[in-house]
Amino acid sequence: MSERNDVVTMAHGSGGRAMQQMIERMFLSAFDNPWLNEREDGARLSLAALSQQGDRLAFTTDSYVIDPIFFPGGNIGKLAVCGTANDLSVSGATPAYLSCGFILEEGLPMDDLQKIVSLMAQTARDAGIAIVTGDTKVVQRGAADKIFINTAGIGVIPGDVAWGAGQIQCGDKVIVSGTLGDHGATILNLREQLGMDLGIQSDCAVLAPMVTPLRTVSGVHALRDATRGGVNAILHEFSEASGFGISIDENALPVKPAVRGICELLGLEPLNFANEGKLVAVVSAQAEDTVLKLLRSHPLGADAATIGEVTENPQVCLRGALGVSRQLMLPHTEPLPRIC
Amino acid sequence: MRFVDEFRDPKLAKTLIERLHKRAAQLPYTAEKPMQIMEVCGGHTHAIFKFGLDKLLPPQLEFIHGPGCPVCVLPMGRIDACCEIAAHADVIFCTFGDALRVPGKQGSLLNARERGADVRVVYSPLDALKLARENPQRQVVFFALGFETTLPVTAVTLQQARREGLTNFSIFCQHISLIPTLRSLLQQDDVRIDAFLAPGHVSMVIGTAPYHFINTQFDKPLVVSGFEPLDMLQSVFMLVEQVCEASCKTENQYRRIVPEEGNVLAQNAIREVFQLSGSSEWRGLGLIEESGISLTEAYRAFDAERRFSPQTQSVADDPRSRCGDVLTGRCKPHECPLFGTGCTPHNAFGALMVSSEGACAAWYQYRYQENKQEQQEMKQKVAG
Repeated sequence: MSERNDVVTMAHGSGGRAMQQMIERMFLSAFDNPWLNEREDGARLSLAALSQQGDRLAFTTDSYVIDPIFFPGGNIGKLAVCGTANDLSVSGATPAYLSCGFILEEGLPMDDLQKIVSLMAQTARDAGIAIVTGDTKVVQRGAADKIFINTAGIGVIPGDVAWGAGQIQCGDKVIVSGTLGDHGATILNLREQLGMDLGIQSDCAVLAPMVTPLRTVSGVHALRDATRGGVNAILHEFSEASGFGISIDENALPVKPAVRGICELLGLEPLNFANEGKLVAVVSAQAEDTVLKLLRSHPLGADAATIGEVTENPQVCLRGALGVSRQLMLPHTEPLPRIC
Repeated sequence: MRFVDEFRDPKLAKTLIERLHKRAAQLPYTAEKPMQIMEVCGGHTHAIFKFGLDKLLPPQLEFIHGPGCPVCVLPMGRIDACCEIAAHADVIFCTFGDALRVPGKQGSLLNARERGADVRVVYSPLDALKLARENPQRQVVFFALGFETTLPVTAVTLQQARREGLTNFSIFCQHISLIPTLRSLLQQDDVRIDAFLAPGHVSMVIGTAPYHFINTQFDKPLVVSGFEPLDMLQSVFMLVEQVCEASCKTENQYRRIVPEEGNVLAQNAIREVFQLSGSSEWRGLGLIEESGISLTEAYRAFDAERRFSPQTQSVADDPRSRCGDVLTGRCKPHECPLFGTGCTPHNAFGALMVSSEGACAAWYQYRYQENKQEQQEMKQKVAG
């Protein structure tokens, strides 16, 4: 009996007493807020309170299926909060409310679930975000990999903020908020059991406190957080949406030596590695210094750097260490290490 | 980063390039008919494109991208055999990552995994051996491929498996030998490669002596080269020096890694476990005599082909593809009629588009757009 209580069972998804107990003891106590505590089918949010903060809602959703679910710097729960909150932040919004849906594999240790939920709750609370509604499903062993989490979020965009790739102009500067690939390298090292002592951890973080001051700077044109696909994917998205090209300088890319090392060893590019606490900003040349100063004044942006600029030629190009420029292509699929 | 940044120093590179331009002006070659230097190894090809070294060369010099990428010379039929073995319910099939996407006639190992085969990416054959220990009820097969670079570690793994008496571990052997390939290239008609950059990591194992026939029998200079930009620029300079001085020898630029005699321990391990065994089929190049490698009698028990008897399949390359011509310097990747249309990294027809180290894949990744116009003009010409 005690063994069954240590793991998630099909009963926890049945809608019966076991499920009610888990919701009560695990989720309600961790996420604890007035909207969730009403225990209605939907969270009832005040329009008036939202309207006071801006004139548009940002609404986004993402699903998290990472392996391994625990890693240096966080776990899947923290990732599920940060990822969705950051998608709201880079839209110019103040993240306010999240939903979360859990898909749990039968046999998941309750301790693991507790750790995940606790870190989710703490991350959200620290960022002033409320997890106001949710859902739990349990699937049979083998039908899912331990735990999948979906979060959706809403935030409010102040009236004078209009960031978007359509605002990008030729001559704009491209800025990254810190070192590239820390999350991707950490996960690769763990998932593939490379056993390297990299001394790095995932950069998984809520970016809102670093982003908020940028809303007062005129000349900030577009922001994206550089998650899956890395900075390379974002540069291509910006280029495609704006019709302009982007030229970046390899020597200007901030990359930790350990991340460079793992990339050199395996023949991978830090530009393609995922980040969970980094953004790419496109700003006017006039705003460049102000934006760099603001980013660097926050601990999450201490290594912020200008990496290139927007060009007329509609290609994404990388100027290499020896000064030769080449077109930067998007990998057609997940990069695989080379044999030699 | 130590041992990397020193060999990418832009100032040193500039000095070296200037010296190279001056010296190359004294070569008997011209911009119309440049001195063709074959970089044999896919790692070198990758570095050339990544750092734009070809754009820094004087017009009298030209890189020809050789056959030294073990993944892109994999014949399709061998992949089909891998998929057949991997499809056995009790098999865990282990492969290096970049072999996962190489297409066979029946699809790639990635497709086999999608169909339910237990195909896993490993970083070393020792990882596969560990899996065999941990799964005594399963058959673990390692897809052993590569030149002399990866042969020693496969050999050491099999020595270990034999010591432990493992009966659920075997290898599907697609190791190949570099030297017979170079000989075969040089024996072909109308190939006019003028000099060779030899791969540093192969030489780390075999040493420099096996290359001497290239100097003595074919009258071509060769330099064993490292993989960083300064290594390669210096190696090119050494080749140019040789031609200007009318000498023809094997030189070792990569002395910090490559001893002249190679790695004797590794050579002994290879000798114990492997033997040269007749002709081997190479994608894009056809059959090459004495380039195939098989297990010695003492290690035959670890031969996956003996254990699973997959069908022997010979699959012809697409007749329109010009892989062989690219590999021998007769044409550039974008001059092939399939390049960028029928043959892309998403859907590779030809050998050299398969691996990220292949000449066509590197050209596609780094040069595609700038050559698009030229390519279209050529296609119109062909069509007309």
